[in-house]
Amino acid sequence: MASIRELHQQLVSKTRSATEITQAALATIQQLEPKLHSFLLVTADYALAQASRVDAQIAAGEEIGWLAGIPIGIKDNFCTQGIATTCGSKILSGFIPPYESTVTRKLNLGGAVMVGKTNLDEFAMGSSTENSAYQVTANPWDLTRVPGGSSGGSAAAVSAGECVVALGSDTGGSIRQPAAFCGVVGLKPTYGLVSRYGLVAFASSLDQIGPFATSVEDAAILLGAIAGHDPQDATSLNVPISDYTQSLIPDLKGKKIGVIQETFGEGLDPIVAEAVQQAIQQLKDLGAEIREISCPRFRYGLPTYYIIAPSEASANLARYDGVKYGLRAKDADNLLSMYAKTRAEGFGTEVKRRIMIGTYALSSGYYDAYYLKAQKVRTLIKQDFEAAFEQVDVLVSPTCPTTAFKAGEKTADPLSMYLSDLMTIPVNLAGLPGLSLPCGFDPEGLPIGLQMIGNVLREDQLFQAAYAYEQATEWHKRTPKL
Amino acid sequence: MIDQELVKKVAHLARLELTESEVKQMTTQLGSILDYFEQLGELDVSDVQPTTRAIDVSNITRPDQLQVSVDREQMLAIAPDQDGDFFRVPKILNN
Repeated sequence: MASIRELHQQLVSKTRSATEITQAALATIQQLEPKLHSFLLVTADYALAQASRVDAQIAAGEEIGWLAGIPIGIKDNFCTQGIATTCGSKILSGFIPPYESTVTRKLNLGGAVMVGKTNLDEFAMGSSTENSAYQVTANPWDLTRVPGGSSGGSAAAVSAGECVVALGSDTGGSIRQPAAFCGVVGLKPTYGLVSRYGLVAFASSLDQIGPFATSVEDAAILLGAIAGHDPQDATSLNVPISDYTQSLIPDLKGKKIGVIQETFGEGLDPIVAEAVQQAIQQLKDLGAEIREISCPRFRYGLPTYYIIAPSEASANLARYDGVKYGLRAKDADNLLSMYAKTRAEGFGTEVKRRIMIGTYALSSGYYDAYYLKAQKVRTLIKQDFEAAFEQVDVLVSPTCPTTAFKAGEKTADPLSMYLSDLMTIPVNLAGLPGLSLPCGFDPEGLPIGLQMIGNVLREDQLFQAAYAYEQATEWHKRTPKL
Repeated sequence: MIDQELVKKVAHLARLELTESEVKQMTTQLGSILDYFEQLGELDVSDVQPTTRAIDVSNITRPDQLQVSVDREQMLAIAPDQDGDFFRVPKILNN
């Protein structure tokens, strides 16, 4: 599918209408969904109504924004007023939010055309989108493989051209890992840059919203549209938002890029390692100074995360009690058993597992040994990054240890599934911005992702480094054959 | 360290009804996940302050003014069971 810039040009020059662009996206969705299952809900009427509003604006000679008339997929954990929001969970089946999330409201006001709600691991807990209670999404590059997760539907939809861009959420890698597996650009911004109001909460100290796109420029445009302070989210940062497209400079002279040594160890697929090493060489050729950086506590990110995230989740998911909205179990004879039965029926295995881990870690007698300890290790991981950013502007690593794995391969062993987020998790723990972009393909034709990590609120540095690399390579031009 | 009794106790705290086979499976899986957490013991954190959120913001206040909230009728309408202005639930005490 064309870029935002190209489509915008077509719209303002009146060579193509927003309705035509939307119809084309809906036709692609109709053609590909039987294979991909990226969308839990296709909002065709809603999209066409929005497109015709944009066409009316253009006809009236009004100026339109970058995202006006652009088809976008929204992960199904954003509350959309009047439109079903399931979070991939049976406990929210039939839930129609009575309010709109801040970011989707901003996008609506800017004329963006939501074409549907994308599939995800239930409550964004997972790395393969196989934990959705509704359907399994296929990887567009190989339909027998997973698209990654938890934002697998958004990643697959953008990769396959079902929409131009999409929104995801990233708690431990849920944007960057599926972006890597599907060969697209995915960005998790600095914690607090984008309002989480109306994003269904998983782990509140880690969750952050970000864009999927087929180019760095499209990701920069979409981030610019959703970033910014929101009084409805007390953790949102009150900082000026720069025009990220100004950072798209294809030159890295004077930039210092650090390579995290600890990410090249055991468990890393040699093919991924080689592609990332070549990308590092290319960054050097573009003028960057490359430094080896050690983050000795990086590897403790995974156990730390799997204490903190489930603990916060166990508290956040206490609200699903069958009283105010969503599912209620039928055959309970008192309140307590109604809670327990509703949650037993409504939650899937992975969500139950994480609620159990979190409840245990927070329970009396274990709090100090687990939750408090993990929060202290979180400080150490953050200190490693702080030391690194005294020496360099951007850090790089592989996004994931492997390329996309086969559906069903890791579902029986939760720990092996957790390991696929080894390299993305520490970034969430430190609240830093992280971006994944394509840096090669394995011999089976599966995309490989390069992760770039920036200092707090230095998305501009990430966009510059990613753009320079993208412009010097051809990886982003490949599309899956479907 | 973690046994079926403890799993059942935690499930009760979490208001989750588990089947016997789920209890067995959780006991094994939580056991191996907790073993995995043991590696954090390699780090000395005695003098380290905990991080509660990565980017710290604190004491966010706003003027105490009335604001339009979500419509009450709409909120009640999406509840599984309601009675007039109330959410309806099964009885709280058994006979």
